[in-house]
Amino acid sequence: MSFRVIGKPIPKRDGPEKVTGQLRYLHDLEVPRMVHGKILRARYPHARIIRIDSSKAEKLAGVLGVITGDTVDQHPFGFARDHLALKRGKVRSIRDEVAAVAAETEAIGEEALGLIDVEYEELPGVFDPDAALRPGAPLVHEERETNLLDFRFTFEHGDVGWAFSEADAIVEGTYRLNYVTTACLGTMAAVAAWDAQGRLTMWATTQAPFLFQRDLARALGISGDRIRVIQPPVGGNFGRGLDLYPIDVIAALLARRVRRPVKIVFERMEEFIASPTREPCVITMRTGARNDGTLLAREGRVVIDSGAYVSWGSTTPTVILSTMAGLYRCPNIRFDSTVVYTNNLYSGSMRGYGNPEATFAVESQMDELAERLGMDPLELRRRNANRPGDVTPQGCRITSCALTECLDAARQAILQPLQRAPRAGWKRGVGYAAMFHVGGGARIYRSDGCGAILKLDDFGKLTLLTGASEVGQGSETVLAMVAAEALGIPLERVEVVNHDATVRPWDVGVHASRTTFIAGNAVLLAAAELKQQLLALAAELLDEAVERLELADGFVFVKDAHGRRLPYEKVVRSGHFREGGRILMAEAFYDPPTQMLNKEFRGNISATYGFACQAVLVEVEEATGKVEVLRVASAHDVGRALNPLACEGQVHGGIHMGLGYALTEQLIVRDGYVLNPQFMEYAILHAQDMPEIEVRLIESMDPAGPFGAKGIGEAGAIPVAAAVANAVHDAVGVRIRELPLTPERVYRALRGRSAPSPSSSSPVGERAG
Amino acid sequence: MPTKILLTLRVNGEAHEVAVPVHKTLLEVLREDLGLIGTKHGCELGECGTCTVLVDGRPVLSCLALPVELQGSEIVTVEGMAPPGQLHPLQQAFAELGAAQCGYCTPGILVASLALLAERPEPTRDEIRQALAGNLCRCTGYTKILDAVELAALRMAGSPVAKGTP
Repeated sequence: MSFRVIGKPIPKRDGPEKVTGQLRYLHDLEVPRMVHGKILRARYPHARIIRIDSSKAEKLAGVLGVITGDTVDQHPFGFARDHLALKRGKVRSIRDEVAAVAAETEAIGEEALGLIDVEYEELPGVFDPDAALRPGAPLVHEERETNLLDFRFTFEHGDVGWAFSEADAIVEGTYRLNYVTTACLGTMAAVAAWDAQGRLTMWATTQAPFLFQRDLARALGISGDRIRVIQPPVGGNFGRGLDLYPIDVIAALLARRVRRPVKIVFERMEEFIASPTREPCVITMRTGARNDGTLLAREGRVVIDSGAYVSWGSTTPTVILSTMAGLYRCPNIRFDSTVVYTNNLYSGSMRGYGNPEATFAVESQMDELAERLGMDPLELRRRNANRPGDVTPQGCRITSCALTECLDAARQAILQPLQRAPRAGWKRGVGYAAMFHVGGGARIYRSDGCGAILKLDDFGKLTLLTGASEVGQGSETVLAMVAAEALGIPLERVEVVNHDATVRPWDVGVHASRTTFIAGNAVLLAAAELKQQLLALAAELLDEAVERLELADGFVFVKDAHGRRLPYEKVVRSGHFREGGRILMAEAFYDPPTQMLNKEFRGNISATYGFACQAVLVEVEEATGKVEVLRVASAHDVGRALNPLACEGQVHGGIHMGLGYALTEQLIVRDGYVLNPQFMEYAILHAQDMPEIEVRLIESMDPAGPFGAKGIGEAGAIPVAAAVANAVHDAVGVRIRELPLTPERVYRALRGRSAPSPSSSSPVGERAG
Repeated sequence: MPTKILLTLRVNGEAHEVAVPVHKTLLEVLREDLGLIGTKHGCELGECGTCTVLVDGRPVLSCLALPVELQGSEIVTVEGMAPPGQLHPLQQAFAELGAAQCGYCTPGILVASLALLAERPEPTRDEIRQALAGNLCRCTGYTKILDAVELAALRMAGSPVAKGTP
């Protein structure tokens, strides 16, 4: 098949606006008579609120109003319904919202916060799951009588006991993953405006606008039809926008109170404290295999620190299980989870959503197993690689699958000679890690659908109204490409409408790397319908049979008679100006043929699965424990690269986030307090810290994907940390099971190393120089 | 209300008279008084580079700069990189290569790159990394950004076929 648009490296549609500074982000939005909202947060991570006196703040010139939990009408939200936007009675974490101020300027709002007098009675807190589960531990939510959440994810397949008894080699370990955060350059923000008829317009950071609309309505106690959700461009999201958060509810409550539009923008420190984080967790795991490397069994348990409330972080065991049971062929699986309330920050969703965590454990253990078996780590992976036609123990049906090709491509790329000679005192090592992730949506709700509406107008312009959200990842570019290809229209004549939920068809939201696959398929369905309408009308005008017509470059052609053609605009106009006239518009809803996980956590949740392998080359300085990543090779089964430029961009960015997770990033939360809420101390990688990256896009042509594509949005971020840990082990022989691999942690491990470092388990470690 | 002072600032080749409180930062004045929203708030602590502008050709964090000290200086923001309706080769290359994903850090990185190319028209990749050391990006892993600066440098040097073009 030859394509005009698909497969070409098309730049992002909003590039010119972005490089000229003309794009209006949520932060740039101004509404007439808008005032500024500020939020007062808890002074202690766990305390009773005895009294709040806001009278001084209310009297400050320029303050329009102050609200607290007891002075507004609000309802609990979150899927455990355990969360009020403004807290009543007590605070359960340091980010808890106690009061909010609306003021003429941000500075006045800030000053007013300082004038609110809150009397607390400090309570003992629980700051890790173990402490929270001890008998008599302080309760985060007293009415629940325990800190143990009633979500439990247990799974068993095959005969795990027998399999471990059969195993020639068993490795086990405990893997500790810390808080990290999306650290988007644009902080969270919200603008809320009520009109004279009690309707609310919300400009929000959300990436799931339709679920947001429902949740916000419930939290405010109004019906969803009263709310219009608009998503202006944002400075990144990476999973941050998946839930409803107090900032959104508070903006709406403040605006309702002061009868003026209210804008709340997080300051950077506030962003570090009060925007969602990846969940901290402890994974304990065991893997058994035969002497020839065949995997026999895996057994794992994860303990999740939910924090003070329940958000998406508490459901990540589903994804952790998916990788434990799905990455490589492993016939016997047992899994259990414990999710616990503490007085820490509550865990949200972040790119990869449980999978970087799970992959760190699974892929660290694959290397440990290879070492135990005396096998080449890549060979062990090849031997157990998933293949087309496999069904995982949970019932994930693997259709297209190029995992073996990814393993080989990553090895080939990482072995390219490096110009730089090894430095004295530094040792080189290579590490690998692969990935298994949803690539064709993820049915975590009863629907995994997305709508598309296509309208062809009398200027020959095609407008796509999509449910899919743009958060900087480039969805609107790829969806426009799909529409242009399917309808034979020049790309520059496709318009995408994707900001206003009122006019867009429904969608679940941007998550699980689903947009290209799900929204792309919705566009294809709508395009097929529109194409029929267009051909039927043109057939009348041209007095030809529909079968004799074809579409290209914005014209309806008569086959084998290329002189005879009609521009689309003429066809559309003829529909307008006739008796019983018509417009050219089509709609479709694509919901993939997948299953929700059942009570036993079985089900084919995605229409296809993504695979990848990353290889990293590191140098470790033995005297200091410093790890430097010299090169990353990242090979991805993308089905088809609809836009290679965008695919590469997603992978590059994912690697940046994954390397941060591996080496430098950790939000340090001690006794409930965040100790490093600044970029100075929360170290995302700078340009000089980044290695050269080589991306290999491997096309397996997925049978269900739009033009064969599958999801790529999260893949780059998932295996990196495991690959780095494996490379460090390859270089200096220490196995570190906790992230990040800070110099201190590596140094301590080197000091504790009993024997001299074993000879490199992978021969390539030596040769790569 | 704090006392305002009258200042004249030269921004993107034009003189602007503004009446602002003396403590108002250059970032705030650019965005709120001059409507130049291309320069972004990122941290207001001088840590992320999102608010970078050029002052007399040198990159300055506008969140930490006070306009009162900048009278008589030439300030350039992303809006002033090229005449209206045109793109500077850096802007062109950034758009073309996908160096802007969410785009929030892009204006700061563009002007920092502009300063670099003025000083070193043919920078090495490491020199580009150095020059952008103060600018954080969360989307691109910097790869396409480095590619774009290299491409722009090649084009500005008059090389007709530049490597890295898609």
